[in-house]
This record gives sequence, structure tokens and C-alpha cells, in this order.
Amino acid sequence: MLQKEGQIRIPAGCAISGIFHRDGARENGARIIESIRTMHDRSNGLGGGFAGYGIYPEYADYYAFHVFYDTQAAKDACEQALERHFDIVDLSRIPTRRHPRITDEPMIWRYFATPLQTKLASSQLDEREFVSRFVIRINHTLEGAYIFSSGKNMGVFKANGFPEDVGEYYMLENYEAYSWTCHGRYPTNTPGWWGGAHPFALLDTSVVHNGEISSYDANRRFIEMFGYSCDLLTDTEVITYIVDYLGRKLGLTYPEIANVIAAPFWSTIEKQPPEERERLTYLRNAFASLLVTGPFSILVGFTGGLMALNDRLKLRSMVVGEKDDTVYIASEECAVRVIAPALDRIWTPRGGEPVIVRLNERGNP
Amino acid sequence: MAIDFLYPQYEVVRNYDRCIACRACERQCANEVHFYDPEFQKMMADESKCVACHRCVSLCPTRALKIVKTDHTFKANANWTGKAISEVYRQAGTGGVLLSSMGNPEPYPIYWDKMLINASQVTNPSIDPLREPMETRTFLGKKPGKVERDRDGRLVPNLSPQLELNVPVMFSAMSYGSISYNAHASLARAACALGTYYNTGEGGLHQDFYQYGPHTIVQVASGRFGVHKEYLEAGAAIEIKMGQGAKPGIGGHLPGHKVGPDISRTRMIPEGTDAISPAPHHDIYSIEDLRQLVFSLKEATAYKKPVMVKIAAVHNVAAIASGVARSGADIICIDGYRGGTGAAPTRIRDNVGIPIELALAAVDQRLRDEGIRDQVSVVVGGSIRNSADLLKAIALGADACYIATAALLALGCHLCRSCQTGKCNWGIATQRPELVKRLNPEIGAQRLINLVTAWDHELKEMMGGMGINSIEALRGNRLMLRGIGLTQKELDILGIKHAGE
Ligand code: SF4
Ligand code: SF4
Repeated sequence: MLQKEGQIRIPAGCAISGIFHRDGARENGARIIESIRTMHDRSNGLGGGFAGYGIYPEYADYYAFHVFYDTQAAKDACEQALERHFDIVDLSRIPTRRHPRITDEPMIWRYFATPLQTKLASSQLDEREFVSRFVIRINHTLEGAYIFSSGKNMGVFKANGFPEDVGEYYMLENYEAYSWTCHGRYPTNTPGWWGGAHPFALLDTSVVHNGEISSYDANRRFIEMFGYSCDLLTDTEVITYIVDYLGRKLGLTYPEIANVIAAPFWSTIEKQPPEERERLTYLRNAFASLLVTGPFSILVGFTGGLMALNDRLKLRSMVVGEKDDTVYIASEECAVRVIAPALDRIWTPRGGEPVIVRLNERGNP
Repeated sequence: MAIDFLYPQYEVVRNYDRCIACRACERQCANEVHFYDPEFQKMMADESKCVACHRCVSLCPTRALKIVKTDHTFKANANWTGKAISEVYRQAGTGGVLLSSMGNPEPYPIYWDKMLINASQVTNPSIDPLREPMETRTFLGKKPGKVERDRDGRLVPNLSPQLELNVPVMFSAMSYGSISYNAHASLARAACALGTYYNTGEGGLHQDFYQYGPHTIVQVASGRFGVHKEYLEAGAAIEIKMGQGAKPGIGGHLPGHKVGPDISRTRMIPEGTDAISPAPHHDIYSIEDLRQLVFSLKEATAYKKPVMVKIAAVHNVAAIASGVARSGADIICIDGYRGGTGAAPTRIRDNVGIPIELALAAVDQRLRDEGIRDQVSVVVGGSIRNSADLLKAIALGADACYIATAALLALGCHLCRSCQTGKCNWGIATQRPELVKRLNPEIGAQRLINLVTAWDHELKEMMGGMGINSIEALRGNRLMLRGIGLTQKELDILGIKHAGE
């Protein structure tokens, strides 16, 4: 029998694309779907997905949990757990349209919730830690339930299929985001499981990733020391946890996170002025086990920003285009040009050099 | 008595058509095997004294000599082997403990040889080390696990003292006394040139070698030979030796005939006396005591140097390592049962301890399970024979490896396992000046540099094949290993899958 994602590690090649409005303008999912459709041949129909930021303004203060259920029993159990720990203000099936190429769908539910104050206080954890532990625990222990999105005012939508079909299936034309990322997957094996698609997300950090990292098991075995559980055995999952650990738990900035996971070569570090050399050496030494090697291009979405990053040898293609306040990032230039033919500027970031975009004063009043 | 007679294990075969009776072999053999018989005008040999060190063979100008294993045999018996029988005769004759040297030679499984390494194909490109940077620089020491910032938000360097290695290989502890001055000089110079470290062992540090301090690890063992403030301050790190793979549970013994004036001064003991280090440290009867010694040494050196604790790989090594990690040690060194020694009781060498591969896998996993793997670096030795062993050790979870037997081989050691006699014909495990001078420290250092450089090249080649261009991404990356011909239990302990899975 074929093993599913999480029982076996499946290497994959992929396509990624992202749109970010610095001024906070929001657009629906139509263009991001167009963009990823152009790179159809980089996916093979075995996984696609999107992350949108700013899509739930009416519930901006609540955690939005998107959950896959295989069985009614799993749903009952997960909902019981949710109710024990959270105040749920809204719950519904996530709306989808029937699609000829999207089949075998699980039950897909969405909950807007906030931790119960008593539970949170007695846990002595900060709110985000409380929520992340809850999500990791459900995903690790509750067979048949999988929380694939858990941030505020953002959401992940993913399925088995070509990404453009997935976008249509989830009716992304009805969601408006200032930041979209998406992913089309080319796994080398049949996962047959929706949870294996990307983006992968924890709280408001979402990652789409193209590549196959050679440091996987070194990273996984390290990050699992800090309460994470890499159940999916995918690169994207481990990268998400690394970003969450370094950023949320240790307080590193995004440029510093990039200096850890795509650390400059020693030969490059040695050429820096003394202070910078010391800083880079420190980051590389102190967090050595979180260096990621092998080919990757990733988009890390977070509230108010987006980081694009290539591996240090730039073994995967990635281009960035800019038009006024909008930034486009994709595996191939065609995926940008198809939705933004006239750009002010387009360039290829160097390996290991992060491109970080954030909402500006107009987007972040 | 006739019953004590043992036929020599090795025979010296001389081709008289080639032998020109130059008597070179006679001069070279400190075991006095060869002699010239004036009556017959030919070279003769008393092979009962031969230890098969190949010194005479290597220096015979006409290649007239070879050493062969004798075919003289007891009646075949799978249980009472020739070795088992001979040992009984020897002990019945002398009443003594059997002594041996170098590592356990018995045919136990060698797990290194039952693990295979991965390489990239299609989905992930391999990397060519000749064209792209390939990094093997390694830092050893505790990692902070948190960041601190100054008022301007800049990162404060909050790392404990670290050792920086240009290649993840260090020379393991061998004391001055057990090995010669020239052997130490070779190791020290090679460590400096390679950007790594050598270890003094428990015999103190000769005055001449203080200049190599920045590449020296100074050892503190149960005998405390040669330990004083300048000694502790001279090194880049301090290693507390709790145990040794070749003889876990017992101390060291340097016979008095090896304790000449220089050694006596370095060790701070009278000339000609046996240097016996006790089995335990008499100030460490438990883990709290170890913590006190760790911090005493840190106090003595103003918290400027990492403290390492070396333990032998024994049955519950994982729990012990976890205790050591919590004792304040910065680096744990684990020595496997195949680790070498200048002298050890044979029964202990051959029967006590466990393979380093299993010990390493268990320790690394245990430290991760407890969430403290980052608080301590793990260095393993005993025995790492080549770059593939090195790579596999790092993939199992080691930060770096210690080599000693391989280093001695590079210096000319032929693994005759007779170090305890002090008559090493290669100038290594001896203090006799005429033998010591056979080892030229210039050449010795160069050969060590060659060896480690070659391993580093091979390591980079294999890493590139896996698509890994930095050693930290290999560390603990067990997916890069597969077992071959191992049971499920063995695979579980090693934390790897079987080939084909
Ligand atoms: S002990 Fe060494 S030098 Fe002496 S005869 Fe044997 S092999 Fe030759
Ligand atoms: S160091 Fe010398 S005595 Fe010891 S095994 Fe090697 S060659 Fe023999």
C-alpha cells in the first residue's frame, strides 16, 4: 500500500507565486490564480494551495481555524477540544464549488475563536503560544483531524489538484487580501492527502516552498526539541516551524532569520566589516542546526509582510517585480508578466538575499 | 617448562637469495629478533620476540624479509581456539593479568560498515565541491538558545567559549609518556596547521609545547599528573577524563621504565616510578561532584575556556551523557570500545564497553528527547578509520570526531599492539632516545596534515553528492543513512531506516 504524507518523506518540485500590496489595497483571488495557472507545467496536479492575508476583517481579532476532517468522529472530537479551550464566535463549512478535477474531498470547516480567558490564564502561556500548542497537539494526536490554518485575519486554502483548480474550488474570487501567496506542487509520489499540499501555516506564518532541502532531517531533529512535531515530513513544515521558532519564540527579525536559514558562506562572512562579521558569525554558530541547505525558494507570509528567500547557491529560480505599491514574486517571470505586463522594475534576487516587503504607512494606518 | 612453550605467532621469513647480511634489520629491531651468526655467516632470527611491526621489512634494502602468520596450529577447535588455549598457558605460568594495547581487535560487528550514505538524483542537485564552496568548519561548545540585545537592538554575542575547528576532526588524548616527544610534536604542529586541536592526554604538557597552546586541549585525569594553573591556562579547552573506551572503569598505568627525566618533570612525579592513575577520580563519586570539578576548572580559568568531559561508551551511556550535559560541561566526548590505548588488561579491552556507533546514536537521541542537545557538543572517537566513518558519525549526530589510532598509523604505527613494552620500533610508543629519533616531527606533522586534508576532501565530495554544502546540515541528518544487514532493533537504536526503505 502506498504510504501517505507523514508516513513517508516525499520529495517534490514546485511553482510559487505571490502578490503583495504595500499600500494595503486588497484584491480578490482572481489574479493569483491566473499567475499560478501560467506555470501549470511546474505542478502535476497533486497539490495546490493559497494563503491570503487581510481576508477576514470582520473577525480580525479572532483566530481563524481551517480544519480538514476525514470522519465525523474526528470532527466531534476536535470540536469538543476547541470548545474546551476556545470561545467560538462563528463556525461554518468553508464554501466550495464542485469541481470536476477536485475529488475525494474531506469535510472542510472554519472556526473563528479566541482562547477562553480562564484556560489561557491557568496555562501561564502567552496567547500565541497557547494557540500554537493547541494546533500542534491536535495535528499530532487527533487522527482524522488536521488544522491547516490558524492565524488571525488570514487563511490557507489548499487541496489535492492543480492550483488553479484549487483556487476555483475554494471560490477565492470571494476573498480580498493585501497579500496572496500560492503554490503548485510536483511531488514525486502520490500523497493522496490534502494536508500534504502547501502552504503550510502555523498561527499567521505561512510558507510556500519550491525545492527539496538536503538538511531536512538535521533541521527536523533539532526543531522537534522545542515542542514542534513534524508530522508531515515535508520541507515546508519544518521551514515554517524554524521561522516560527526563530521569529516568535526567540525574537529574531526577518533579516536575521534569513541570515540563519540561508547563512552566508564563511568566505563571504570573512569579507564583511568587523561588526557585521561578528554578527553573522554569531548567528551562524548559535543557530547552526537551523541552516537550510539544498535548493529552495520560499515565500514566508506574515501579518503585514512577506519575505522571499532563495537558498544560498540559488538553485531554484525566483523573480521579483514591482509596479507602484505592488510587489510580485514568482518562480518564473511569465507568472508575473501575465498579470502585470508593465512593471517598474523586475529583478532576480541573489541566493540567500531576502526580499522583505511590508505594509507602508498607507497600508498600516 | 615445556607446557608453557608457545610457538611464535608470527614467523620471520628471510629470502637468503636476497639477504646481503647488511644487518640493517638487526639495528632496526628493538625487540632483538635479528642477529648475525658469524659461524654460518648469515642472518638469523628469534621469531618468538617478533611483534610483527614491519620495521625490519620496511627498511630491508633488498626486500628480503616478510612476516607471516604461522601455520603451526593446535588441533582445530571452535571453542578452545589457539588464542584461548595460549592465554591459559600464559596465565597458569605467570599468575598475571594479561596486558594488551591498541583497540579491541575481536570480530564484533562494525556498524560503520553496515551503514550506507545517500546521494542526490534528479529532485535535488548534487553540488560540485570543486566549483562551489563546501564548508566543514565546525564550532564546539554550548549554544545560547536565546538572544539578547543591547539598548539599540543590536544582538549581544552571548555564546559561551567555543572551539573553532576548520575540519571536524581532532587528535584524541595520548599522553606524553605513553607516546614520545616527537609524536607529540608531530600532533601539535599538525593541529596548528590544520586549524584543529590535539589533546595532551593525562601526562601534562612539556614546556616546549606551550607554544602550541591555542591548538591544545589539556586533559585532567584521575591521577592529576602535571596539572597546575599554567597548564590549565595554556590550552584552548580543558578535558576531564572520566573514562576511556579501551578500558572503561579502570585508570591508566605508565610503567616506571618509561618515566625518564623529561617525563618525570612534566608529570611532576619521581623518575622511574610507575604512574598509576586511579580508576575513579577520588573527588568524583557522583554527578554532583563532576559538576563541582567542571566549575572549579572554569573558575580557575575565568570562564574563558570550554570544559569537555570524556566518558567511555558503556551500557547506560545515554543517561550518563545526559547527566554530564547538565553538569555544566560544554562538550561531551564519547570513546567507543574499539578506542586505542597504550596498555590495558586484555579482558577489559576485549569485553567491556559498547560500539561507538550505538552509543553515539543513543546519546544524540537522548539529548534531543530531553531538549538539551544544543547545550552541549558531542565528539566521538574509538574508532574512526576513514572519512566515511567520519561522515556517518556526523550524520548520526556527532559534532566532530576524535582520531588517535588513525593518527598514529599516519606517523608510521603498524598496529603491532605492543605499545606497553615501550620498544616501539617506529618511535611512537617509546621513550628510548634512539627509537624516538626515528620519528621526524617535520615529516610526522606533514603526514598528519596530509591524512586529515585527504579526509576533508573526501568528506566534501560525499557531502556534495548529497546536495549538502555545509557540515551543520549534515549533523544529525540520519535520513542520509541507511542500514544494511541490520536487525530492526539495531536500526531503531541507530535511528535509521534499512536500505530500500
Ligand atoms: S619486531 Fe618488527 S622489526 Fe623486529 S623482526 Fe618483528 S617485524 Fe621486524
Ligand atoms: S605505536 Fe608502536 S608499539 Fe604501538 S602499535 Fe603502533 S607500532 Fe606498535
